[in-house]
Amino acid sequence: MFPYCSDPNAISGLTWLSCYLTTGKHTSLYLSFLTVLVLLAITAPVALVFGFGGATAARSRFAPLSWLGKGYIGIVRGVPDIAFFLFFVIALDQAFEYLRHKIKCPDWDQPIRQGNDFVVCAAAKLPLGDAPQWVHETYGFFLAVLTFSIIFGAFAANVLYGAMQAVPRAQIETAEAYGMSHGQSFRRILVPQMWVYALPGLSNLWMVLIKATPLLFLLGVEDIVYWARELGGTKTPKFTDYPHEDWRMWYFGALLVFYLVFTRVSEVVLARVMRRLTHGQATMGGEAQRKAAA
Amino acid sequence: MKHLLIATALAALAAGAAQAQTVRMGTEGAYPPYNYIDDAGQVAGFERELGDELCKRAGLTCEWVTNDWDSIIPNLVSGNYDTIMAGMSITDERDEVIDFTQNYTQPDPSAYLAKAGAEVDFAGGVIAAQTGTIQASHVASSGATLLEFATPEETIGAVRNGEADAVLADRAYLEPIAAEDAELDFVGEDVLIGGGVGMGLRESDAELKEKFNAAIQSMKDDGSLNALITKWEIGATF
Repeated sequence: MFPYCSDPNAISGLTWLSCYLTTGKHTSLYLSFLTVLVLLAITAPVALVFGFGGATAARSRFAPLSWLGKGYIGIVRGVPDIAFFLFFVIALDQAFEYLRHKIKCPDWDQPIRQGNDFVVCAAAKLPLGDAPQWVHETYGFFLAVLTFSIIFGAFAANVLYGAMQAVPRAQIETAEAYGMSHGQSFRRILVPQMWVYALPGLSNLWMVLIKATPLLFLLGVEDIVYWARELGGTKTPKFTDYPHEDWRMWYFGALLVFYLVFTRVSEVVLARVMRRLTHGQATMGGEAQRKAAA
Repeated sequence: MKHLLIATALAALAAGAAQAQTVRMGTEGAYPPYNYIDDAGQVAGFERELGDELCKRAGLTCEWVTNDWDSIIPNLVSGNYDTIMAGMSITDERDEVIDFTQNYTQPDPSAYLAKAGAEVDFAGGVIAAQTGTIQASHVASSGATLLEFATPEETIGAVRNGEADAVLADRAYLEPIAAEDAELDFVGEDVLIGGGVGMGLRESDAELKEKFNAAIQSMKDDGSLNALITKWEIGATF
């Protein structure tokens, strides 16, 4: 990076450190922080949409839709995350490739399952075998987002389902007395009021999601924990210009600080959102706010 | 989400317009001198140099990807990459699931590394090894207590902090560590397990396997493979 870095053996102290911390490998570590943040920024809203869909379906008066919602909540919550990541993502990837194979290679005569192998024609590969590496990485990343969203969506669905039940019956009754239809009272009364009941549960999920990102490496996405382990491991002079002992403690220490700061910032933001949502609600918190203002 | 996936698929289609065959080479990137990540963040090591030369001789374009050791075979058979070059010894168990080219190293002696001066009971002590390796199954069948770790680095750590009496791993991997650290030393005799390291491929990929077999043979014949083995201090030459 810097011109004086050409001979790392000749430098020491802070100069050495400045070179060491700017190697290509460390840049990968810094970029992986970005990967994690982008993943969270996309996953959280998508999971919320899945959750809202699941909860709405579960309380539907149309029985099959209700079974679908309850089935989604029940099954996904019951399967361990790691099993979901090892099995579901590979299955999802194969399902996509199978569909493309059927469309693109109709005259293919070999079986798709050959023993342990999953073989589709070259044009059906997703991404194509000769696509550049970044396409593969992006594809893996979006598979990860989708999987995280499905898992956390199921938990969010259960939280939202509970929150919808928690809105006082009197509120809905009043809405009906005003002549609102079922859909109208759902949109105008139930949904705006349920968030205050849902937020504590959703904030738990957000905290768990922040810390679940190391599962990414199972999908080949190199996250911060992977790079911390790789960079912190003992380096012998034969294989690097910057040999050092087992420094994993320092790297994991830095991750600890990152996670603590991140969760603390989240707590502050969530507390503020909670205050906003409580405003004017028929809850103890809302009542307390009203009295404080009066 | 759907749109994003479609967009990605379209990008992949556009990028793949030129139909040159690219072979994706899967490796672990944590097992020097066979394969490791260098300072620039690229895959390097004996297998990187060997693999690049093999691809050149076979007329293929190759791309390196890293994958966790635990899921390296499932990802190969489901088609996420096309080969494994990760210091993987040829064994009958693995051969049932995937195919191997001919070996590109001699059956590599495995060695025990322990704290200098320590007495190690090979038949009853606690021996560390990486999960899913030939060394792990050797320890399990020897009567010693097997302590498994996900990465090679952790097996060494277990010996350093006294959790394990010794670690069993490829001698080529342990050699630079023993040379660097005065506290660690080889103990006992080397053990010969496995049939040498080979390149793993899907069983349905017979054509690709033949290409690589021919390339390995040509490198064995003109001595360039031996030169690489000597350069990276892998062990015995052919």
